[in-house]
Amino acid sequence: MSETAEKLLNPRPESLVDIPTHFCPGCHHGIVHRLVAEAIDHFGLREKAIGVACVGCSVFLYNYLNTDVVEAPHGRAPAVATGLRRALPDRLIYTYQGDGDLAAIGTSEIIHAANRGEPITVVFVNNTTYGMTGGQMAPTTLLGQKTTTSPYGRDFHQAGYPIKMAEFLAPLEGVAFSARGAVDRVANLKRTRKLIFRAFEVQVQRLGFGFVEVLSACPTNWGMTPIEAAKRVEEEMIPYFPLGIFKERKEADHL
Amino acid sequence: MAQAAIEAGCRFYFGYPITPQNDIPEYLAREFPKLGGTFLQAESEIGSINMVLGASAAGMRAMTSSSGPGISLMQEGLSYLAGSEIPAVVVNVQRSGPGLGGISPSQGDYFQATRGGGHGDYRTPVLAPASVQEMWDLTFLAFDLADRYRNPVVILADAMLGQMKEPLEMRKPELPPLPAKDWILEGCQGRDKRLLKSLYLGEGELEKHCWRLWAKYEEIKKKEVRCEAYRIEDAELVVVAFGSPARIAKGAIMEAREQGLKVGLLRPITLYPYPEKELADLADQGKTFLVTELNVGQMVEDVRMAAGRRAEVHFYGRPPGAGSLPSPEDILHEIRETYPAR
Repeated sequence: MSETAEKLLNPRPESLVDIPTHFCPGCHHGIVHRLVAEAIDHFGLREKAIGVACVGCSVFLYNYLNTDVVEAPHGRAPAVATGLRRALPDRLIYTYQGDGDLAAIGTSEIIHAANRGEPITVVFVNNTTYGMTGGQMAPTTLLGQKTTTSPYGRDFHQAGYPIKMAEFLAPLEGVAFSARGAVDRVANLKRTRKLIFRAFEVQVQRLGFGFVEVLSACPTNWGMTPIEAAKRVEEEMIPYFPLGIFKERKEADHL
Repeated sequence: MAQAAIEAGCRFYFGYPITPQNDIPEYLAREFPKLGGTFLQAESEIGSINMVLGASAAGMRAMTSSSGPGISLMQEGLSYLAGSEIPAVVVNVQRSGPGLGGISPSQGDYFQATRGGGHGDYRTPVLAPASVQEMWDLTFLAFDLADRYRNPVVILADAMLGQMKEPLEMRKPELPPLPAKDWILEGCQGRDKRLLKSLYLGEGELEKHCWRLWAKYEEIKKKEVRCEAYRIEDAELVVVAFGSPARIAKGAIMEAREQGLKVGLLRPITLYPYPEKELADLADQGKTFLVTELNVGQMVEDVRMAAGRRAEVHFYGRPPGAGSLPSPEDILHEIRETYPAR
């Protein structure tokens, strides 16, 4: 290598497939994929990792992550991950789920997998809408937010309140780590990178169930530009969905 | 069935309690820990079937068992298993419906089992035991077929079989060697990553996938039909029944033979693939059929389809419920009523 050769300071993680993205401009899935891939690389477990893809835009994880992947029915990824975990006790098992998948149709599966303390990592991408189906109201849609099925804005009398999954799961005994991050700006992204690493680390250390929620933009269904959408994450989502760690177990703690 | 599953190499069971099949999870909850197997009581039947999907995706022989209402909840998972070509064994010890129904023996889930049950263009082989011995034998076959065809397989029993005590020969059937599991997920060490999925959005992709599945079902239809024929050669009337009612019908047929009536029994052991050709041949021979089921008429449609216009097809059904199980005398009465006048 000549002395003038360029050095790539931040190369593509091995766990990320080198293909062009098909996601909409300003969508945060690609960023979260990269952070997940970096975490898998960090622990050197790409060849031992098995991902569980869910239903919605998140399903396309299987095109981008360079690990084995199985697709689960809508909301059922934590149950599929449980089967994998029991069958392959020494592998790295992770799910990647959107808000409709995890916080609506899949509440039963996520709560019980978390409560059993399955040593798996769940990456939960919350963009407050059903992206793939065209922008319907999600369980995490903010009050007043207009979607195709809340055209007058979400009203709690009619549709209840947006659900805060990271806080909701934290008190369960089986949960070793529960946190929320965002990737709308570099400072948040760096913090979220650490959260995702930790959510994988608690699995590697067999401390229990690792959960990380990532606030994410969906400019297409929000009817915004990518910059406006990132701004909305900061100005509207973070005030309701605070960033931080809600549970962190340092050692195995079985009652 | 639980011990047969163990003998067949199954070490993963996921299930949820429901009468009348609790003997299976209770047995495996006790036995699996001794063998290093995994018994897990799931949060629902939706959870169970998806845990089976996960364990089976990792290449393990995995099973679940339930009854009507729980099997309804599993239909989504069955569709994904079939679409993603992941094996599984699902036992349905039928209770009675619709709704909560009751816990008496029933065959009301025939349509659900044989027509796929979940969404989309798929089929599942369905095995219908009629004795304790067959529940044992068909459990081995179910795991074998599931692995051979990479497809979920349903064992359709009923509450009467579920509570039956009979002599059992704990034999290991000789089954042909299986193809290597070169599709399983266990981490991509030393190979490219693998993907198990049922989503096909590309132009023409799904059509191609569905035709490929179709070809597999055609192969199953060609190779895997099983049925028992009892005294049909000279029969004027052929009773068609599966599971418990076939046992009751056999008693009635013996009595009818004593009375000089030429009656036989055709008992489908595989409900999918269905013994269509066997029935069509009997129809060609001019035989009359009496179909008896523990429902208001489901399998009778398959008999009518197979027999075409050539044969007379009668139906004697008893919807389930306490006290509704037909006696051999009930079936004998129907045999006399429908016996062809010559």
